Amino acid sequence: MHAIPFPTPDAGILARRDDIIAGLGALLPAECLVTAEDERRAFETDALTAYRRLPLAVALPRTTDEVAAVLRYCHDHGVNVVARGAGTSLSGGAIPQEDAIVLGLSKMTKILEIDYANRTMRVQAGVTNLGISSAVAADGYFYAPDPSSQLACTIGGNIGMNSGGPHCLKYGVTTNNILGVKMVLIDGSVVELGGPALDSAGFDMLGLVIGSEGQLGIVTEATVRLLRMAEGARPVLFGFPSSEEAGACVASVIGAGIIPVAIEFMDKPAIEICEAFAKAGYPLDVEALLIIEVEGSEEEMEAELGRIVDIAKQHGVTTVRESKSATETALIWKGRKSAFGATGRIADYICMDGTVPTGQLPFVLKGTAEIVQSYGLRVANVFHAGDGNMHPLILYNCNDPVEQAKAEQAGSDILKLCVDAGGCLTGEHGVGIEKRDLMLHQFTQTDLDQQMRVRAVFDPGWRLNPAKVFPLEGRIAA
Amino acid sequence: MTILTPKTETEAADVVREARAARRPLAIQGGGTRAGLGRPVQADAVLSTRAMSGIVFHEPAELVIRAKAGTPMREIEASLAAHGQFLPFEPMDHRAVYATQGEPTIGAVAACNISGPRRIIGGAARDSLIGVRLVNGRGEAVQSGGRVMKNVTGLDLVKLSAGAHGALGLITEVTFKLLPQPQTQRTLVLRNLDDATAIAALTAALGSPFSVTGAAHLPPHHGNKAQTLIRLEGFAESVAYRGDRLMQTLSAQGKADWLAEDEAAQVWADIRDARPLAEPRDAALWRISVPPTRGSGVAAEIASRRKARWFFDWGGGLIWLATPEADGAGASLVQSIASAAQGHATLMRASATTRAAVSVFQPPSDVEMRLTQGVKASFDPDRIINPGRMHAGV
Repeated sequence: MHAIPFPTPDAGILARRDDIIAGLGALLPAECLVTAEDERRAFETDALTAYRRLPLAVALPRTTDEVAAVLRYCHDHGVNVVARGAGTSLSGGAIPQEDAIVLGLSKMTKILEIDYANRTMRVQAGVTNLGISSAVAADGYFYAPDPSSQLACTIGGNIGMNSGGPHCLKYGVTTNNILGVKMVLIDGSVVELGGPALDSAGFDMLGLVIGSEGQLGIVTEATVRLLRMAEGARPVLFGFPSSEEAGACVASVIGAGIIPVAIEFMDKPAIEICEAFAKAGYPLDVEALLIIEVEGSEEEMEAELGRIVDIAKQHGVTTVRESKSATETALIWKGRKSAFGATGRIADYICMDGTVPTGQLPFVLKGTAEIVQSYGLRVANVFHAGDGNMHPLILYNCNDPVEQAKAEQAGSDILKLCVDAGGCLTGEHGVGIEKRDLMLHQFTQTDLDQQMRVRAVFDPGWRLNPAKVFPLEGRIAA
Repeated sequence: MTILTPKTETEAADVVREARAARRPLAIQGGGTRAGLGRPVQADAVLSTRAMSGIVFHEPAELVIRAKAGTPMREIEASLAAHGQFLPFEPMDHRAVYATQGEPTIGAVAACNISGPRRIIGGAARDSLIGVRLVNGRGEAVQSGGRVMKNVTGLDLVKLSAGAHGALGLITEVTFKLLPQPQTQRTLVLRNLDDATAIAALTAALGSPFSVTGAAHLPPHHGNKAQTLIRLEGFAESVAYRGDRLMQTLSAQGKADWLAEDEAAQVWADIRDARPLAEPRDAALWRISVPPTRGSGVAAEIASRRKARWFFDWGGGLIWLATPEADGAGASLVQSIASAAQGHATLMRASATTRAAVSVFQPPSDVEMRLTQGVKASFDPDRIINPGRMHAGV
């Protein structure tokens, strides 16, 4: 019983599959076109694995020109296109449909330019998030947004979803760290938005494109902002007897004028799952854990940490454990960043991504627990506490259709709770198919109509990732 | 000219619908302190945010403020200061360069995507703006974003409306995220450096791990020696430590000293507001954004072709440049040099005649122009609101 509907495939397109493959074959070498069914299977879903659709074919272009040729062909022949980076989307952003080709950026992995003096780097869209930081780490630089999937996910996908990560509390999300993109429109025309200089010359099209979920065009290159690493960075574990105390501690830290690099929250189920996987030394005798990272020189970190410890003591902290080595630091972050994967070892899960005003965190945590309980399911919470971006992981068994329906219903109730508490449906994972049909809970039809009219300027025929973001009914074309 | 002053978003929507029905364009106005920014708008009436004013909420613990568009910046800043907070992008006050009176508004800060020296670390207004409400040219109230710091729900019309100079609609309400005021702010100064050496020093400072929040260079002017300025913020002991380390880092470029605190506060306010080039008033004023290391070359190249004075902010990435208004303020020259350096130039001050005759904003490519016209039409199909403010015919 799969609740989220897909559009009915266009029978005319399915009937012309051989012609379309021949057409694409004239534009790309054989190794850049995937047509065999068993090979196409690798592209039928992303990290929202409960849903899958086999694409018509998969194009893996190597250059912007090849991307342009493929899009122009699809535009001229009425074929839908679903862009794909590494396929790590948790919202189904990269799930194809039967009458669409997948356009994968996995062959566009070149680093084009590193400019330390101007603190920028230009890369092709298929470079991984971690690949960017790794390329400059030895010289003391990094790219700030660090989604948990950073080992695999691509900068192109990050731009599509405006991805975040733990360190966004201090350094901002993708949209604050991208200076320019090269993008191909559905008609094959190529446009450069932004560039190595700050601010936009006209309308902020760059800001519009980031987070547009592959619906405005296909980004093939990006100019990213590089930051100089602090002299040192150190995560510290704070264990609390209750989630409420941990939440109150977060508010007090920020209220005291301290913005740490990251403040991550885990509840007891999440601590147990992550500790069993990563052996990071997380305390198991607490109800809630904060990972707070400070940075700077030794003295600066000590001073900031001293302030935070004083505040935590006022909130009944029972465990304070500083990382003592680079290995320990890596383990602490490994535990946190593998939370989703570690959870996947013990159960299937869906991961919610609502954001709420930080003052509403205790209320929404309690409401989340009640909702999940009412469906007879379990939940683990691991999230970015400093900015209110929650990630309840609802555990279920995907081979049990009744349980899956319950999990999805619980997720939907939680997201509505987030919106009603003054927040939003998605803080960093994107709408995809997962939250598409909840959009009218957050927006009015007028709001969505305005968004759709803007979308139609870029893609009048709704060819690009068409089943996503906007409810299937009531769509506005050019 | 008629000035329309709706008191609510609903009234504003009515005004726009009526104007649309009558095909009578409207020019948006906040406090009127930035009236010289952008191309002149041919309108039948002024649509003012004056009567839509007031802070809706300021939640210090959440680091968020929401206010109606016409709220004076003075009121916003007073509320933030009372809780030791500030807008992270240090918005410029344009009254010095335009010699205007009145009160700048928070709506204009969003609409014009205003920033200041802190842009290099805190982003521009667009980076802190997390929610807007606006009335589009169809007379519809539209919301985008909200009040939370992380929000990727739907297309980001917040960014699109920041910096659209009102050409997509009348912003009625804005929500900004905030930062706590740093405990201490101190500034290092190096004196007598030429432009190229100064920018090399600023580049070294910005490439250090010491979180510089301001990096500017003032060439010699009015008998004053050149000053190269580097600002640090944070807890006092940390600022002192980082300052010492920076002095060592910069020793190749010269000897850095601490600037007296009151002098530092004044000089950063002057840089933010482009005060060093406010006079003479009849000079045209350009704001040129380039990759920082191209800054000194771009300024020198323009100066080799026409009379010019300038200073640098953003580590060399922002050039404020004054030049005589003759020959269209040198628009095609300045914009082609900026473009060749992978940047762009905006004519910030010139007579209305000149601003109507040249490209105030860097001319877009053909594809960008097609998208620009399409986006404008998607908000304002009959070009009722601020027609022609950014580009002729848009």
